[in-house]
Amino acid sequence: MQYIALIYADPSAAPVYGTPEFEAMMQGYATLTQSLKTAGAYLAGEGLKGVDTATSLKVRGGKVETMDGPFAETKERLAGFYLFDVADLDAALRYAAMIPTAAYGTIEIRPIMDYRS
Amino acid sequence: MPSAVPDPQSVSEAIEALARADRGRLMSVLIARLKNFQLAEDALQEALASAVLHWGRTGLPASPQGWLLTVATRKAIDLVRKTSRENRKAADIAILLIEETTDAAAEDIPDERLRLIFTCCHPALEPKTRVALTLRTLGGLGTAEVASAFLDNETTMGQRLSRARAKILAAGIPYAVPEPEAWAERLQSVLTVIYLIFNQGYSSTSENLPRRLGEEAIDLARMLNDLRPNEAEIEGLLALMLITEARRSARLDADGTSIPIASQDRKLWNEGRIAEGLALLDRAMTRRAAGPFQVKAAIAALHAQSEPPDWPQIVLLYDSLLRMEPTPVVQLNRAVALAEAGALEAGLRVLEALGPELDAYQPFHAAWAELLSRSGRMAAAVAAYDRAIDLASNPSDVLFLKHRRALAAKDF
Repeated sequence: MQYIALIYADPSAAPVYGTPEFEAMMQGYATLTQSLKTAGAYLAGEGLKGVDTATSLKVRGGKVETMDGPFAETKERLAGFYLFDVADLDAALRYAAMIPTAAYGTIEIRPIMDYRS
Repeated sequence: MPSAVPDPQSVSEAIEALARADRGRLMSVLIARLKNFQLAEDALQEALASAVLHWGRTGLPASPQGWLLTVATRKAIDLVRKTSRENRKAADIAILLIEETTDAAAEDIPDERLRLIFTCCHPALEPKTRVALTLRTLGGLGTAEVASAFLDNETTMGQRLSRARAKILAAGIPYAVPEPEAWAERLQSVLTVIYLIFNQGYSSTSENLPRRLGEEAIDLARMLNDLRPNEAEIEGLLALMLITEARRSARLDADGTSIPIASQDRKLWNEGRIAEGLALLDRAMTRRAAGPFQVKAAIAALHAQSEPPDWPQIVLLYDSLLRMEPTPVVQLNRAVALAEAGALEAGLRVLEALGPELDAYQPFHAAWAELLSRSGRMAAAVAAYDRAIDLASNPSDVLFLKHRRALAAKDF
């Protein structure tokens, strides 16, 4: 089954660039990506630029409306994602628990819709 | 020659008994086969309805369980054909029928209940849902009975159960016994669900449900202990429930007032169950794999073994429980044991500090009132009893608390 792990975190809680904690986090991401690839489970995974770079858009009455910033006004912001293909939710949860940001943020695991069934 | 037409009364009773006793086993096999929880549920319902019709005409088949499994599988194929554009799925299930004989004896039917209970108690489901789904699927309770255990209405409970079955399928919750590295944690989740079932009866006002849920929980723990023997925490939970349940007949007086354990008539305790519980606990302890249910069972055992119990030893057990479960409720119980062991003032100080956190918890106010009255602070004790009475949901507890309140009020 394919799952997306959506990584949410409060940016102010994130390790600061240049600190050993930041290095450890990056190392953690590299290790996870590598083990997903080794297991043949990796489909994609990216980090996102900060919410100050976000633009929200909707189309209402045929008219495009854009807005500066993210859609949801919460403390925890979408910060990145992994897309992987594993046997079941237990396997997905095992990988999600290895996401370094899980230590201070929240990971939401959602199955990908399968339109063939 | 026996009558060709079976007695309809006895046939429907037989079907009802099967639906209760063998439901978990049958569901466990059907889910393994169909890989779809809701489909298994619907197919078994239809097979049971079909049994009423056929067995009413011809009497019970040689293997009622084998018959139900075969018919449920056929019903599942029909259901899939009706709802899916794809015939491939129906064909996949049909293959399963080829090798099957309808008269597979009950003992030849595989037992997949260990997988099933781990799925029903999966941490990706809400705790209340885990309890409800386990009761419905493995316990053989009807949806209405499950609903009444939670004081919910049947429709709401039915929707909760359907949502859970849909999530298991859609989210890919596995139908599997967890891997060794996840075993201990997942087992605790299963044991907690069983213990919640055991305790659920207390908030119910129904007469038979508490006993029924108590027995259901004990049966589930026995099943786990059979399917996965030599597991210390399973033995610990079973011991805890047996020792606690053994006191059921002694818990209420003739007016229906709760009787605290120290004043209970020990002759009414079920000695056989206490002995079984103590033996299980001894066996669990030799495995040297400590866990919260063994500690709770050890505390229950000390209460059962002497009056007054060895309170200093109980305080020590609460110390170790507190390391495993650092919760305010465990702190409360430890403080009461501390007061019973002679340190009344120390117990009162702990309770005072816990007050804000446990303000909505009835047993806190009952314990607070009791310790206050022992220290002679009767006005404060009466106020605490009032608060406990307001919060109590069980009528027997209300009667007991009112009685204690009257005693405290007389003395000040």
